[in-house]
Amino acid sequence: MVKSKSAYSIPTKLGKLDTHIFVVWVDNEAGVLARVVGLFSGRGYNIESLAVAEVDQTKNISRITIVTTGTPQVIDQIKLQLKKLVPVHKVADFKREDKKVIFKEMALLKVVGNKKKIEKCLKVCKSFNPVILDKTKLSVVIQITALRREIDKMSKKLKPLGLTSASRTGAIAMTRGAEVFK
Amino acid sequence: MSKLYSGAEIVFMCLEDQDVEYIFGYPGGAVLPIYDELKNHSSIKHILVRHEQGAGHAAEGYARSSGKPGVVLVTSGPGATNVVTALTDAYMDSVPLVCISGQVPTHLIGTDAFQECDTTGITRPCTKHNWLVKDIKDLSKILHEAFKVATTGRPGPVLVDIPKDIQFAKVNYLKPKKEKKTSGKLHNKFSQNEIDELLNLISKARKPVIYTGGGVINSGPKASDSLREFVRLIGFPITSTLQGLGAFPGDDSQFIGMLGMHGTYEANNAMHDCDLLINIGARFDDRITGKIDEFSPKSKKVHIDIDPSSINKIIKVDLAIVGDVNEVLQSAIKKINKKQNGLKTSNKQNVSKWWEQIQKWRTKDSLGFINSEKTIKPQHAVKRLYELTKNQDTFITTEVGQHQMWAAQHYKFNKPNRWMTSGGLGTMGYGLPAAVGVQIAHPDKLVIDIAGEASVLMTMQEMSTAVQYNLPIKIFVLNNQYMGMVRQWQELLHEKNYSESYSEALPDFVKLAEAYGCKGIKAQNPNELDEKIKEMVDHNGPVIFDCQVDPNENCFPMIPSGKPHNQMILGPNDKKDNKITGKGKALV
Repeated sequence: MVKSKSAYSIPTKLGKLDTHIFVVWVDNEAGVLARVVGLFSGRGYNIESLAVAEVDQTKNISRITIVTTGTPQVIDQIKLQLKKLVPVHKVADFKREDKKVIFKEMALLKVVGNKKKIEKCLKVCKSFNPVILDKTKLSVVIQITALRREIDKMSKKLKPLGLTSASRTGAIAMTRGAEVFK
Repeated sequence: MSKLYSGAEIVFMCLEDQDVEYIFGYPGGAVLPIYDELKNHSSIKHILVRHEQGAGHAAEGYARSSGKPGVVLVTSGPGATNVVTALTDAYMDSVPLVCISGQVPTHLIGTDAFQECDTTGITRPCTKHNWLVKDIKDLSKILHEAFKVATTGRPGPVLVDIPKDIQFAKVNYLKPKKEKKTSGKLHNKFSQNEIDELLNLISKARKPVIYTGGGVINSGPKASDSLREFVRLIGFPITSTLQGLGAFPGDDSQFIGMLGMHGTYEANNAMHDCDLLINIGARFDDRITGKIDEFSPKSKKVHIDIDPSSINKIIKVDLAIVGDVNEVLQSAIKKINKKQNGLKTSNKQNVSKWWEQIQKWRTKDSLGFINSEKTIKPQHAVKRLYELTKNQDTFITTEVGQHQMWAAQHYKFNKPNRWMTSGGLGTMGYGLPAAVGVQIAHPDKLVIDIAGEASVLMTMQEMSTAVQYNLPIKIFVLNNQYMGMVRQWQELLHEKNYSESYSEALPDFVKLAEAYGCKGIKAQNPNELDEKIKEMVDHNGPVIFDCQVDPNENCFPMIPSGKPHNQMILGPNDKKDNKITGKGKALV
């Protein structure tokens, strides 16, 4: 073994990484997003996507949805650390594979090209509820809602067909059925 | 309509309702309205420091020695940034602090005004929570909540940033709400089943060890009493982290010394070989665990902590009990006393072989050192200091480095709240201002800062505070002219390349003391040491004691980086390891 020149221990083997979706209910006050995001950056956690908006205007509650990856231990820590923040009311965490939860992301895609290409694009999008928001002779703006990976795939496919700009909301989540997460 | 009060008045009314007696602070433009109001509140005394970092550490010393939250008052901009080190220190060591900072008037926020900084932004990662008061109506509510957040659950620092116009604005005062038991995040979450499981593990253990930390101290003096009762009932060996010293008597036969990087041979080997590890209020810090993969490989692990996020953060445990240390221990004690199955006696038989093994480890005398008749050995100095002060109720603070470890190893604490040291952040310059705060809280007690000459120079200006308020703190400087711990690591890890760790042009500490208007004492050889220490203790006033010690002494035992607990480097007394420490060779 190489002699360590550090007063700190050497890193140990990394565990398997899982993708998780965190849903965090917070008081909608100044700086609350910075607290949540700062927790992630300060402790070296990952943020793959982030979606946030106020969901209850009378109680001033915002709902933050964060997609992250980490070892089971790190995922556990993220949850416990989030719960310690004062403006945080509750934290839910779901595995990406969780069948009881719906994950959706919306994307706006702008394709620039001739009619042929645009039609091809629309065909490719068909299975993801495409809505045409704007159309000119040379371009089209399509709205689709799908899973993250599906949008990833779509973007790749549409690139050669003239995709020039994509805007995505980041994933949001909701449990299936009548149950409400407490 | 009830009377209207200014923001500055409300600050003091809140402090009065929170039973604050002392605030540590430094005035400036953005807090002048609050300072103006000070004269109208005679129950609150202001301690003027010489640098805001000193205010923060003094408040920490006050809080840790008294169990009450420390209060800091600073101005905007540099006032706030100067206190950041102390806030971070308090955050790492779970010390309750309430810091009130001034801010530029609301309409100037965001304009890069004079002495403006984003205080809540800067302190967000080093406080439990912070607030920028934008509306005078929120002020009293926020201040009361600040005290609550700082002192409940796992304690820690909070900051309230008050713009100057808010300090002038007028509003009704709201009294603190009567304790309503809400906010599940702060309370005990353990069940009787978990206590039963704990007792089950205890009854099965053959090689157990209890490992306690600062959480026991933070839980209050009653927790230390409960710990003593619990440990004596079950007869297990007990070791402690740096922060936990004093919770269990240091001279008790069941106490096997501090563990971790500079812990005793018996404590670290017990941690490595045990079959049951009970962590009470400690957090598996990296100075404790060493190599994680090989940390206590054969044991079942129990973790008792009030902070759920401490559980499984570093070490996976088999049983987690989330709750206040005292409450958990009390329910365990009750259960043991109720069970009439003779757990108390059977336990002691179960672990008798284990105790024999521990006795064998003890014979290594891992804290031993080769004393000298010519130069003062730093360990010897700490030992003499202990012997000459142990008969009175003494409070010890330290800076950070070798002297801190020697103090932890050789000074034996018998009561909680007597030992104030910066463990998590490792802040050089902590001890002197902390001693100021301790002496404020305990005006008639002996307060000693065991210091290093490099550390103490970082906050030396607070001597002036000590002199101003007649605080008879004793600064016991183990002067080896090096940043000793840096030098030690350079010796062991960097082929003795002592890069920038030697302090040239040190001040004459005796003259320095005199310049501050206090007493200076110098000791240069072992023969005069005792007499000089007595002179220091007997002097009724602040003292700087320049104890000139062997500059080449290293702090042993030591777990080298990346090694498990059972691979310690022992001191020069242990012949096998002489080859590791060249210095050891020279001495034998």
